[in-house]
Amino acid sequence: MVSTYSLKVYVEVMAVFTPEGRLIPKTITWEDGRVYQIDRVTDVRRACSLKAGGTGLRYTCVISGKTTHLFYEDDNKWFVERKTASV
Amino acid sequence: MDRVILHSDANCFYASVEMLHRPELRNVPMAVGGDPAARHGIVLTANYPAKRRGVKTGMALWQAREVCPEIQFTSPRMDLYLRFSAMLREMYGEYTDRIEPFGCDEAWLDVTESADLKGDGEKIAHELNRRIREELGITVSVGVSYNKIFAKLGSDYKKPDAVTTMYREEFKGKIWRLPASDLLYVGPSTKRKLLKLGIGTIGGIAETDPRILEQHLGKMGGILWAFANGYDTSPVRVENTHAVIKSIGNSVTTPRDLLNEEDVKLVLYVLSESVASRLKKNGFRCRVVEISVRDNGLFSFTRQKKLEQSTDIVREIAENAMALFRENYSWKAPIRSIGVRGAELVTAEFSDQLSLFSDPEYRRKQHRADEAVDDLRRRFGFYSVQRGIMLTDGALSHIDAEEDHTVHPQGYFGQ
Repeated sequence: MVSTYSLKVYVEVMAVFTPEGRLIPKTITWEDGRVYQIDRVTDVRRACSLKAGGTGLRYTCVISGKTTHLFYEDDNKWFVERKTASV
Repeated sequence: MDRVILHSDANCFYASVEMLHRPELRNVPMAVGGDPAARHGIVLTANYPAKRRGVKTGMALWQAREVCPEIQFTSPRMDLYLRFSAMLREMYGEYTDRIEPFGCDEAWLDVTESADLKGDGEKIAHELNRRIREELGITVSVGVSYNKIFAKLGSDYKKPDAVTTMYREEFKGKIWRLPASDLLYVGPSTKRKLLKLGIGTIGGIAETDPRILEQHLGKMGGILWAFANGYDTSPVRVENTHAVIKSIGNSVTTPRDLLNEEDVKLVLYVLSESVASRLKKNGFRCRVVEISVRDNGLFSFTRQKKLEQSTDIVREIAENAMALFRENYSWKAPIRSIGVRGAELVTAEFSDQLSLFSDPEYRRKQHRADEAVDDLRRRFGFYSVQRGIMLTDGALSHIDAEEDHTVHPQGYFGQ
């Protein structure tokens, strides 16, 4: 009855701390090992993800011209929302 | 000028947090409670689909399944809920420093001072309601009024995810027709007494002569009359010395029965380490230590003891637990399961009465040693550093302690 696939994907993230103390993610490593460069972070705010199920700091990232949300949870883990529900 | 008081109530708090994290539970009847695998326990919180089917807080799991066969149960994860409770408080803190928590899912906010800056009470309430939905992914109902009692009635008035005002000019229309039992402190017994007087609504209480109420209900009669008329002037207490939960405990059914004091001491230390570590993680200290013991004939008891000074030190918790055990167990039979609990929790803001016979410097060192151990374990794994006593029995020292908290409703009048 309870579906086993998850729309919440924890990912490896490379990030930098700026001298002002801001944390900015630079690359995301996807489940299959592919690395994506984050071109730009356009917005940072606290937000929940109903799709993946969780809450945290939401980074709106531009990756190869496409916008993606990257979440930083309060237990120091990063997650993204899976685009399609591949079972 | 009237005060501006908000009462914010997180709707089905535990269930909402679970539904946020587990989307598959979102649109089905579900409840947080007990231990579904062990098939015992009670419903702590049910979501709205389950509530509509008649599932109520406090029902045994089997009763809930009887009224709603397809209900899904999930075990409580208190540490997660406490994190959300802290995030809620943090957000309230952006609007006012006058916050009085009522359990871990409700709080009163006195926003009189910030109303000028942030807009009126209703505007702040809507903003809180929206931000909590968007930022935390759960919903709150907020009541806005000029006293705490009406603010609370406001947050109960419309659920979930709503804002209700209970201003001076509107409370007679909105509140007075509510059943008397909606008022704080009208329980089944008071409700019965009121009905005998022909009073069924809050308005009925308000319009009765307080002397008659006092005759039948004692001092409470006058208080209820004042509540019903909006004469409640109790301040929002800036209350931060009491923890939002009442106790933290760990218990275990050991892999083999415990046969002597050495066995018991080892297990009590394992459990105390876990209790102390969780106390520290939440910034709490306990003022009472409690043990629970069950022998292999299923005879069981609990005993507790008040401490001179509040503590989060492993050794103090374990030694007190051990002393309780020695005083109360006569070894008629081997022991099957045992638990340790820290109760009467206080926060870091709480100040102890200094004692002539304790050594604050030594206690501080012990506290720091415990912190160092916790930190080593966090960095290098749980078994990277251990007490000598753990090496005497590998099987017993590797037990997996079960978490357990108690959350009691608080009293309105404080301790």
